[in-house]
Amino acid sequence: MTTTTIDDAPFIEPSATAPRNYLNDEYGVMSWLLTRDHKRIAILYIFSVTIFFFVGGIFAFLMRLELLTPEGDLFTSDTYNKLFTLHGIVMIFFFLIPAIPAVLGNFILPIMLGAKDLAFPKINLLSWYIYMIGGTFGVYVIIAGGVDTGWTFYTPFSTQYSNTHVFAVTLGAFITGFSSILTGLNFLVTIHRMRAPGLTWFRLPLFVWSIYATSVVIMLATPVLAITLVLLMVERVLHVGIFDPALGGDPVLYQHMFWFYSHPAVYIMILPGMAVISECVAAFTRKKIFGYKFVAFSSLAIAFLGFLVWAHHLFVAGISIYSAMIFSFLSMIVAVPSAIKVFNWTATMYRASVSWQTPMLYVLGFIGLFTIGGVTGLFLAALGIDVHVHDSYFVVAHFHYIMVGGTIMAYLAGIHYWWPKITGRMYPEWWARLSALLVFVGFNLTFFPQFLVGYVGMPRRYHAYAPEFQVLNVLSTAGATILAAGYVLPMIYLFWSLKFGRKAGANPWGAVGLEWTTPSPPPKENFHETPVVTWDAYDYPAFLKAMRETQNA
Amino acid sequence: MMLADFPLFPESASSVAPYVDGLYLGLVAITGAVSLLIWVVIFYFAIKYRRRPDNELAQEQEPPAALEMTWIIIPTIIFIGIFIVGAWVFFRIQRVPSNSLEVYATGRQWMWKFQHPTGQREINMLHVPVNRPVKITMASEDVIHSLWFPAFRVKNDVLPNRYRTVWFQATKTGRFHIFCAEYCGTQHSGMIGWVEVMEATEYQRWLAGGSEGSLASQGEKLFQKYACNTCHTNDATGRGPVLAGLNGKTIALADGRSVVADDNYIRESILNPTAKVAAGFQPIMPTFQGQVSEEDLIRLLAYVKSMPASGAAGSQPAGVPVGELRARPSTTTGTEQ
Repeated sequence: MTTTTIDDAPFIEPSATAPRNYLNDEYGVMSWLLTRDHKRIAILYIFSVTIFFFVGGIFAFLMRLELLTPEGDLFTSDTYNKLFTLHGIVMIFFFLIPAIPAVLGNFILPIMLGAKDLAFPKINLLSWYIYMIGGTFGVYVIIAGGVDTGWTFYTPFSTQYSNTHVFAVTLGAFITGFSSILTGLNFLVTIHRMRAPGLTWFRLPLFVWSIYATSVVIMLATPVLAITLVLLMVERVLHVGIFDPALGGDPVLYQHMFWFYSHPAVYIMILPGMAVISECVAAFTRKKIFGYKFVAFSSLAIAFLGFLVWAHHLFVAGISIYSAMIFSFLSMIVAVPSAIKVFNWTATMYRASVSWQTPMLYVLGFIGLFTIGGVTGLFLAALGIDVHVHDSYFVVAHFHYIMVGGTIMAYLAGIHYWWPKITGRMYPEWWARLSALLVFVGFNLTFFPQFLVGYVGMPRRYHAYAPEFQVLNVLSTAGATILAAGYVLPMIYLFWSLKFGRKAGANPWGAVGLEWTTPSPPPKENFHETPVVTWDAYDYPAFLKAMRETQNA
Repeated sequence: MMLADFPLFPESASSVAPYVDGLYLGLVAITGAVSLLIWVVIFYFAIKYRRRPDNELAQEQEPPAALEMTWIIIPTIIFIGIFIVGAWVFFRIQRVPSNSLEVYATGRQWMWKFQHPTGQREINMLHVPVNRPVKITMASEDVIHSLWFPAFRVKNDVLPNRYRTVWFQATKTGRFHIFCAEYCGTQHSGMIGWVEVMEATEYQRWLAGGSEGSLASQGEKLFQKYACNTCHTNDATGRGPVLAGLNGKTIALADGRSVVADDNYIRESILNPTAKVAAGFQPIMPTFQGQVSEEDLIRLLAYVKSMPASGAAGSQPAGVPVGELRARPSTTTGTEQ
């Protein structure tokens, strides 16, 4: 392992950092708040999503503290219900959905394409403001007393029975949706119209393919959420009967509409994670991703099939036995493209040059945890098992393996991988490896027991529980403390590295990709000259040979 | 603390539980093996091909391209296999045996109320006999709930606008958890209870305990209280259709459609009578929405279902438990709209 420090890219000459870059090009608060530079907007997002991540994390931690004992003695039931509701809303709408696209996508995507910026820089800034306005509603609701419907806002509880701030929080989610839509639109147009000369579709890094698929899902699914939330607000405020049977509505209709968005939203959250993983696998094995086209098209397949499986959330909610069968079948099929990705990433490591640097550690963690999350999805898609485990902790464990073990692991991999590009500085490798280890151990200790306790019979969203579930819950809480340490550490050392980190140079990893051909941090216009692309993505043999020759010359 | 204090596997106490557990453990074995294989391969590669001075560059040798189709086709076959077995177990869970004992449940924030055909009422407690299928017809008074019996491996959501059913056949005597699985507000985690599975003789003794007459006879009183009997007479002279023998019959509607008179049709016809008017009758019946509680609806339903078909009049007096009376096979979803 001693051979894997950042020094082992000896044939990469750290190019002199350009004197002017996007960070020092302008000064002052307004140069940030009114910036149209995609890189600065990405920085605005880093701060915002990180704040929401820690807010959501605190809610989660308080829940885990309550669940140390079966009695429900730390908070009142109402407080506990608000904690899990706010945890879900904050993490999903204000962290997981924007995190990778808005932070890493914003920063890296135009550079990967050899573009100066996104297609619509002003709209990009507008997206951030819309996100912040939506987030302000979220913060208002937290301060004003919370909301207790669960992040799913099931009717008629949310429209007629809850007396918490349902209207404000759904309005916040509604507004934030437009931020996603505009970002997705911006990415789509940019990918279609602003690729550098020579950068054909099949020369695109897989990150771009996956973000493209994400953007399509965002554009098609988010408007349905907006409609659903408007109908919910109309029923709650104006008492127009849509979902509440007392007013002549149908509560299961709400669930269909909600999941028609929210199941694709799962792919909005995981596809960008897969995007990052593909980049990191290539960079830290120095190989072209095995089966490039299969991985690229599997993203599109996930985007398409993801729209056809929403009712697998409704197997016991009141759909016919025949729809249940169709949705079970389709849910099995949607697992195939994900499996393809996992196998291809694994095969890429064959006869590779595998580095054990931090981003690769997160990649190994991702593949392991995403596999568990994926196969437990098969359990839930199998009708006979879902009847038992639906709405139990088994489901909680499953989607945390995907969302936390998958998406957040990938986000951390990406942050570490592109940190030198974003800041021009290296993070401290030893601390970063330690935190990756803590995250992996803490995560598994937190969520693996939840599979067991779910199958034994513990329902989700329970403030108090039967005493025989306690031991597994104590393990879970213990894991959560380790996980928390794993998340706080990067906050500290990444800030530290801004001042004390080693200067990175243009290409500290010896990685192939347009973003590594420009200085770190990049100049405001990304490239001094528009690059012309003559090579395939991840063409490591050619790239590294060329680098060797320049060195030897 | 002893291991027995925290079970890692739930008690198995119903006829479908072995099937669900078998499928579950089978999946654990298959997916566990595949996951393990992936981890072993990943770590083997990560160590064997780790970056060293003599391994700065990946070797230009790819795994054979035929692998790609292998790992598309084989997982697809496995996934479809899982689907088929899962659906097969699901049918077993859904198909209600025709000789089921019929029990009724009403969910409300935050309690479970059960009504037995013999008239007993219970709150957060359900007594059932062992080795006998029990079908629970259920509705909610307010929000969506979900009735879950973990030891029986079955649950179903309880909706405020229609009857849904869940059934089980307990195979063990004892006490087992009842949980509400669908989040329903403040005391969601307190909406719990116990199901007490008893030997048949013990159950008969329990049934002999106090009740206010059978469910159907309670319904008969309500039938008079709400003056249903002024229009729904026993002969064809009334302004409303004759209800005797209604249950399970196919009814021609005034608009030309037809409908099977199941629990949900009877319920709807009380709460929203003009929705599906029987052919030959005027839509003159007033709605009883908001006037009849869920529990009274169940009593009325039991009474209407207990009315014998006119040909068999008198042979089956009102008051016989409906479960004994009706031997119509049905599925859970069969009672839905």
